[in-house]
Amino acid sequence: MSANVHLPAVLRASADGRRVVPVGADTVGGALNELALSCPQLERRIRNEQGVVRRHIRIYLEDRDIDDLQGMATPLPAGAQVHIIPMVSGGSAR
Amino acid sequence: MSESVLLIGTSKGAVMARSDSARERWELEPLQLMMSSVYGLGIDRRRETPRLFAGATSEHWGPSLFHSDDLGRSWSEPEAAPVAFPAASGAALIRIWQVEPGLESQPGVVYAGAEPHALFRSQDGGITFELVEGLYNHPHRTQWQPGGGGACLHTIVPHPADPDRLLVAISSGGVYRTSDGGASWEPANRGIQAHWMPEGQRFPEFGQCVHKVSTHPSRPERLLAQNHFGVYRSDDYGTNWESIEHGLPSNFGFTLLVHPHQPDTAYVFPLTADYERLPPERRCRVYRTRDSGQNWEPLTQGLPQSDYHSIVLRDALTTDRADPAGFYFGTRDGEVYASQDDGDSWQLVASHLPDVLAVRAAVVG
Repeated sequence: MSANVHLPAVLRASADGRRVVPVGADTVGGALNELALSCPQLERRIRNEQGVVRRHIRIYLEDRDIDDLQGMATPLPAGAQVHIIPMVSGGSAR
Repeated sequence: MSESVLLIGTSKGAVMARSDSARERWELEPLQLMMSSVYGLGIDRRRETPRLFAGATSEHWGPSLFHSDDLGRSWSEPEAAPVAFPAASGAALIRIWQVEPGLESQPGVVYAGAEPHALFRSQDGGITFELVEGLYNHPHRTQWQPGGGGACLHTIVPHPADPDRLLVAISSGGVYRTSDGGASWEPANRGIQAHWMPEGQRFPEFGQCVHKVSTHPSRPERLLAQNHFGVYRSDDYGTNWESIEHGLPSNFGFTLLVHPHQPDTAYVFPLTADYERLPPERRCRVYRTRDSGQNWEPLTQGLPQSDYHSIVLRDALTTDRADPAGFYFGTRDGEVYASQDDGDSWQLVASHLPDVLAVRAAVVG
């Protein structure tokens, strides 16, 4: 399936300046696996080397947090819009 | 034309300061690596133009190791993660605490100390790294505890004469050393006290909370260490340690640095205690020994001597190794001081920065 991954401004430099990266994958995890091959620097900003989404990042499919769906196994319908969301909590470390 | 560079790692990015060879006036540049905590700074002086390293961790986007081949005017990182744990380890990198080039005879070798406790080795000049499995698989590793700053391998001391020998310091695991290029490791903590342990168990084989180890190339067997309570010296590359804290106002602190040209001269920045991480008498004082720890003297000229509440972290004291050597330290309240007279006097070169986590310096050309 084709889907679009929408990036926050701070990550666009890791995707050649793009706001949206098209992927062809059946699941959210598959989309990130594709990014790991096509834009490895972008993907490692989102997940650590064990494939775990970083603590202060949320991934939404349309308007739903994938943690409330099926996580990485969440199916992507054709034309799905996936959003990478930095949480406001991430700025609280210091 | 010589250029002096001072790398300042802070909790919110890296700041470069530049000067000429006299190092009397410094110009600060805007913050780089914005909103990353920069703990691990390194300078590879084996190159014609030294390569700079900055281990930076974003709370959002994770850790990475950046390098600069234009003395900090721009920073790069590879597409793939330069430092990463193998999948089979189940571990994920949290932070890079230390970047240390290998010997002149190993021009591509660079080491990185990591959190969680691990040592990585690069053979391509610090672009890509591999886990040093010999240390990671050590049976003690699962018993190492995190220190207050995290479960970090924060100090790497290559033996200056033997590429197969290397010493690392771990919080809280203690000092470990290898003599076979990293294949096997042994603890080297005899004589170092773990004061928090019950009576009769205060000198364990490992588990001490060492904060920093420093040595001098001309005396590779001599090591000085600042511990979580206790300042020590070893004259046999860590086989035995003896206390050298007599003469200091307290035995707690984070940093320790041996003079680059005077092997018997070293510096510490004492703090009152772990439950009172503030300078004794609230005075900003570097202490110097000129006889490897038999005597200590406070260095105060140019430093605040009342109502002082900041501290110096383990990698926030450094030297540019030039001749004469420049010395620099940064504080958690965002100040950086420099000395061009072995610490006799200090001048403020930066203020109002985010808290300073690490500093490194070099005179180039």
